[in-house]
Amino acid sequence: MIYDVSVWAIIIFLVFVAVVLGLSFYFGSRTKSASSYYAAGGTIHWGVNGIAFAGDYLSAASFLGICGMIAYAGYDGFLYSIGYLAGWVVALFLVAEPLKRLGKYTFTDALDSKFNSRGIKLTASISTLIVSIFYLIPQMVGAGDLVVPLLGLPHWAGVVIVGAIVIYIVATAGMTSTTYVQFIKGGLLITFSVILTIYILNNGFNLNPNENYHKFENISARIEGDQVVSTSNEKYQIVSQHQVGANTFVKLTADNINTWFKVEKVSDTLANLTEALNITSTSDGVTLYNGAPKSEKRFYQVGHFQKIIHNGVEVQETGPVGPFKFLSIMENSEVVLFKKVIFDDGDDKVTAFYQKPTKGSSILKPGLLLKVGKDSKLWDKINFLSLMIALFFGTSALPHILIRYYTVPSQRAARKSTIVAIVAIGFFYILTLYMGLGAMVNGVNDLESSNMSGPLLAKSFGIGIFSIISAIAFATVLGTVSGLIVASSGAIAHDFVDKYLKVEMTDIQKVRAGKFAAFGVGILAIILGILFKGMNVSFLVGLAFAVAASANLPSILMVIFWKKTTARGIASSIVVGIVSAVTIILLSPSMFERYGLPKADAIVPFDNPAIISMPLSFIVLVVVSLMTQKKKS
Amino acid sequence: MLHEPAAELGVDHASKRKTRLGIILFLVYAAIYAVFVIIGVLYTDLFGVKAIGNLNLAVVYGMGLIVLAALMGFIYNLMCSRMEDQMNGGAKI
Repeated sequence: MIYDVSVWAIIIFLVFVAVVLGLSFYFGSRTKSASSYYAAGGTIHWGVNGIAFAGDYLSAASFLGICGMIAYAGYDGFLYSIGYLAGWVVALFLVAEPLKRLGKYTFTDALDSKFNSRGIKLTASISTLIVSIFYLIPQMVGAGDLVVPLLGLPHWAGVVIVGAIVIYIVATAGMTSTTYVQFIKGGLLITFSVILTIYILNNGFNLNPNENYHKFENISARIEGDQVVSTSNEKYQIVSQHQVGANTFVKLTADNINTWFKVEKVSDTLANLTEALNITSTSDGVTLYNGAPKSEKRFYQVGHFQKIIHNGVEVQETGPVGPFKFLSIMENSEVVLFKKVIFDDGDDKVTAFYQKPTKGSSILKPGLLLKVGKDSKLWDKINFLSLMIALFFGTSALPHILIRYYTVPSQRAARKSTIVAIVAIGFFYILTLYMGLGAMVNGVNDLESSNMSGPLLAKSFGIGIFSIISAIAFATVLGTVSGLIVASSGAIAHDFVDKYLKVEMTDIQKVRAGKFAAFGVGILAIILGILFKGMNVSFLVGLAFAVAASANLPSILMVIFWKKTTARGIASSIVVGIVSAVTIILLSPSMFERYGLPKADAIVPFDNPAIISMPLSFIVLVVVSLMTQKKKS
Repeated sequence: MLHEPAAELGVDHASKRKTRLGIILFLVYAAIYAVFVIIGVLYTDLFGVKAIGNLNLAVVYGMGLIVLAALMGFIYNLMCSRMEDQMNGGAKI
C-alpha cells in the first residue's frame, strides 16, 4: 500500500522518539559501575519496576503482532495474548525465586553455577544468541512496518533505518534499556492503548467504516457450465478464469485495468462476482496492485461488516457501545474477512485476496487461522497444541527476561514486581482483543501486512494518536532490539570468546570485541528483517518462544529441581533443543511458503516445534545426566 | 552483560515451603490451562456456547485465564510473605 505521509505525524513521532532516546542516553550514561548498573533496581519501588517489566516484555509482537492477528483471524490472535500471559505464571511460581537463590543473573551463569563447565558456557551462549536472533527478526519486521505509513518509505528502508540507529547506539553508547525508560514506555503503551480502546467503543460499529472506504463491486454474470460468459456490467470484458481449489476466479478488464472477481454460483446459469484485491507479479518484473502501479493507490485498506445485529435487529450503525456489548454485537454479526490465495495466470503470479463473509461466532472462537474444529486434520491439532505449549513455557526461558527479574534486591520486592507486571501485561492483552477487533471492522487493514492494524486503526481516529502510538511502538522496538543486540554481543564477546575460548584480552579489547559482535549481529538482524517482510510478528515471536522453551527451559527447571542433573546433561539438552526446534521450523509449511514452495510440500506438517523439541530436550537431559553421574567413591 | 548479583541475599528459611507452594499453584494453573487447550483441540464447538451473559466460553475462559494469573499471583505473594515473616524472623531476604 501507499500511504499519505503527514508532516505533523513525522514531527510528533520524531519529538517523541528523541525524548525517549534522550532519556535512555541520560540514564545509560549514569550507569558507569557494576553496582550502579543494578543501582536503579536497588532503589526503584516494586510498582515502578513492575511497569518496567511490562515495558520490557511488551515488544512489537504484543502490540503490532497480536492486534494484527486478531484483526485478520479473530480469536486465534487472542490465543497468543492468553499464552504469553500464562507464561508469566510459570516464571513466577517455578523459576524466579529458586533461580534468584542461585545468586546468578544471566541464563549462562545460572546454569553453570554448580558445574563450572565449558560445555555449558558454550551451549548456553549459543542458545542465548539463537533465541535472541529469533526474537530480533520480528522486532525488525515490525520496525519496517511502522516506518512505511509514517514516512512513506518501503519496508526495507524502515528496517535499515532501525538497524542503523540501534547499531550506532549500541556501538557508541552501549545502551541497554534502563528501568526508568522501560517504565515510561510501558506506562505510555498501556495508557494510549486504553485511549485507543475508548475511541473504538465510543465509535461503535457502522456498515460503512468511513466516507473514503472503497465500495467493493458485486456484479451478476451468466455462466455456461462453469465458465463465465458475460457480465451485467458492460464496461467489463472477460479475460481469463481460474479454478483454485474449491474457488473460481475470473479476470475482467475495463479501461486497461484488470480486476479479479470471485465467482459464486447461484444457479446453473447465473453467478455473483465479488470483487477481490490482487497483487500481480508480471513476467517482465512489474508488480501491479489491482491492475495498476502501486503509486495509483488502488490497493485499498479493508475491514467491514456484512451485517450488524444489535439487540436482535439488523442495523446500519450502533453508536457508542460498552466493552461487553462490543463483544456481544461482534459475536452476533457477520464480518467480511479477506482470504489469500496464490495462483498462476499464464506467466503472471497472482496473489488474490477474496472476500469471505464470516459469522462473528466463528471469529470469537479458535479456528479461523489455527484450523481446529470438526474439519481440522491431526496435524492442525498438533500445531495448535504445540503453539500453546510454546507460549506457556517460553516466557520463563527467555534470557533477556530472566535477567530483568533480578533488578530488585529482595525476593519480596521481586515477587511484587512480577505481580504488577502480570496485572499490567494482562490488562494490556485484554485491550488487544478490542484493538484487534476494532481494526477488523473499521476499514483500516493493509492486506500486505497484518502488523500495522493497531497503528492504522489509531490513524483512522486522528494523526495525533497515530503519531504517538507509532512513536511508542517504535521506541519499544528500539529498546527491545538494542537489548537483544547487547545480550547477543555479550553472549559472543563475553561468554564465548572470553570465558569459553579463554582468549586473553585487555579491557579495551573486550569492549571492542563486544562492539564488533554488536555490529555483526545488527547487520544480520537487518538482513533477516528484510527477508521476513510480511510475516506476522507475533507468529515469529511464537517461534522464538518455542526455541527458548526447547533449548533453555528443561535445563533451568532441572538445575533447580533435580539433583542428578549433570553438566553434560545440560549441554546435550540445549543442543538437542536448539537443533530439533530450528530444524522443524526450517522444514515447516510457513517457511516453505517463504521459500516460494507450496505449503503442502513441507517436510514437517506443522509450524510450531515445541511439542516435539521440548519433551525431546527433557528426555535427553535426563538420559545423559543418568549416564554421566559422578561415581561415588 | 555483567554477571554479578545486585545484592547479597540472606538465608531464607522459608524457601522450601515457598517452592512447594509455587509448584502447587503452578500445577493448579497448568491444569486449568490444559483444560482450555483440550477444549480447543477436541471440543472446539464448546467454545461457542454462551457462558456468561452474551459472552461465549472462549472469551470468558480466555479472559478468565488472564485474570486468574493475576489473582493467583496475589495469593502467592500473600502466602510467601507470611511464610517469610514467620520463618525468617522479619529479616529482609
